[in-house]
Amino acid sequence: MDRIGMLIMPCMIVFILVYGFSKKIDVYASFINGVKEGTRSVMSIFPALFALFMAVGVFRASGLVDVICDFISPVTGFLNIPSELVPFALLRPVSGSGSLAMASDIFKTYGPDSFVGRAVCVMMGSTETTFYTTSVYFAASGTKNIRHTLKCALVADLFSMIISIVVCAVFY
Amino acid sequence: MLSIVWLVIMVISFIYAFVGGNIEVCADALFESSESCISFILEIGAYMIMWSGFMRVANDSKLTDKLANIMSPVIRRIFRGVKKGSEEARLICSNLAANMLGLSNAATPLGMSAMKKLSEKSINSTATNNMCMLAVINCASLQLIPSTLIAMRSGYGSTAPGSITIPIWIASLTTLIFAIMITKLCEGRDIRG
Repeated sequence: MDRIGMLIMPCMIVFILVYGFSKKIDVYASFINGVKEGTRSVMSIFPALFALFMAVGVFRASGLVDVICDFISPVTGFLNIPSELVPFALLRPVSGSGSLAMASDIFKTYGPDSFVGRAVCVMMGSTETTFYTTSVYFAASGTKNIRHTLKCALVADLFSMIISIVVCAVFY
Repeated sequence: MLSIVWLVIMVISFIYAFVGGNIEVCADALFESSESCISFILEIGAYMIMWSGFMRVANDSKLTDKLANIMSPVIRRIFRGVKKGSEEARLICSNLAANMLGLSNAATPLGMSAMKKLSEKSINSTATNNMCMLAVINCASLQLIPSTLIAMRSGYGSTAPGSITIPIWIASLTTLIFAIMITKLCEGRDIRG
């Protein structure tokens, strides 16, 4: 299963290149344009990422993460999930850069192939920055009353956190 | 929202570290994490730029449109009253297709236009059922290749960086289905003028 997963990305890249060629577009020029865009978006996330890496670093070094983990460990212990995932799950809907910073902190501490490392990946990959996304989308249409949107999106986030752990437990 | 969270985390961490007597460790962490952010952006940024290049090729060769066409019948079942071939159907499908391919630069403007188009049917700046659905679906991400995560994993020395792809598919897809179901359940009747 791991091997299939590893092959998905390279296969997709070859497919995209060949498909582009068959559609007679200038693949090289397109790629360059994409690189231009990518460079711009990496630059644009950098300042926030920097600020949040700092916050996450200080937060862990102060020992507060451990306090929170200890505090919730009866619940997480009962459910048999690593307690480090809870601060991450709380931050995920609020800040994309913040959760990236936290995920990389977890990779550094526990390793990307540990259970926590994999679970964080799946959580990160199956959710979005809910508050940001809803505010951007509704701001575009000038909507004031968003009715059940946030409630449903947050319940879905919670569901996704749980299902991520379940999927990881089944796979690994 | 984030400004407050950031400020609170910074201040509380330092106060707690001061009380607990490890203020020096905390100050060191400040510099250490700034450094690790630089190395993070160099390494992960490189992958993000690379991926953005390939995805631009996919977009220019109309692969996104093709994916949008494939999804169109499903989309019309989820969004009530969105007709085949209409402007909003096209925008919604392209928005979701761009999201699936990880083209967030393209996806957000498309989603915003789709929202604006859908809001023509709304009254008193109140979201319609379809608008809520579009926002919820966008909050439950479905990405074919989790490129940033793969890059991060390989950057931190994973032996099988791409191996999380299939678990992510399963988790995202179940979440998406769940999200659509609960949104449908919460739907009341749209207010009509």
